[in-house]
Amino acid sequence: MIAIACYIAIVGISIAVFLSVYRLAVGPDVLDRVLALDTLVINAIALVVVVGILYATTMYFEIAMLFAMVGFLSTVAFCKYKLRGNVIE
Amino acid sequence: MTLISEIIVSALILIATFFMLVGSIGLVKLPDMMRRLHAPTKATTLGIGAMLIASMAYFLLIEGDTSLHELMITIFLFLTAPVTAFMIAKAHLLYDRQTQSEVTPTGTELGWATLDDCASMAGDPRIAAPPRTLPDG
Repeated sequence: MIAIACYIAIVGISIAVFLSVYRLAVGPDVLDRVLALDTLVINAIALVVVVGILYATTMYFEIAMLFAMVGFLSTVAFCKYKLRGNVIE
Repeated sequence: MTLISEIIVSALILIATFFMLVGSIGLVKLPDMMRRLHAPTKATTLGIGAMLIASMAYFLLIEGDTSLHELMITIFLFLTAPVTAFMIAKAHLLYDRQTQSEVTPTGTELGWATLDDCASMAGDPRIAAPPRTLPDG
């Protein structure tokens, strides 16, 4: 039952990834694209966790943690650049 | 017992999938940037929380070992999601003229922090420290 739920989750989150990529491609503003990248990173974390449940291994959680940190830092760096003109003042 | 555990884990995985789909559909369908900001920062964060709880429940109930990595990821994501939403909203407010004309007044003498001119606040006694100047050379 868990395997079937995992397959359904992989399909659903893949659709979510495609929708985020659509917003990343057509987004009218730069900040729309930043928001789409943030959503894309969170969807990728969810995919990694689902694959970890499906294969019953705890090896993938470090990958998810690194994705979360890099996604947060890149979003904040993009917004800081848009706000102030450079990243580290 | 195993059946109940499997039902719990499967239901949490499906709830998480539903909320992540709702967040991404909202990101595509909503008409405005400020409205578009709601969908990923609320629905998707709820989805990833449910997914990580499902993972914790799976490894605790079925595999039989406690793993606290998911709790760490959950705490990190729940702390950082409001910060990213705040930064994106602030940058959007700085650039978009229509949003600037729609914001409500703050009710004090000082305006919105993103939009207020620092030069007009130079004589304000609430700003104690003088502006820092770079040393010569």
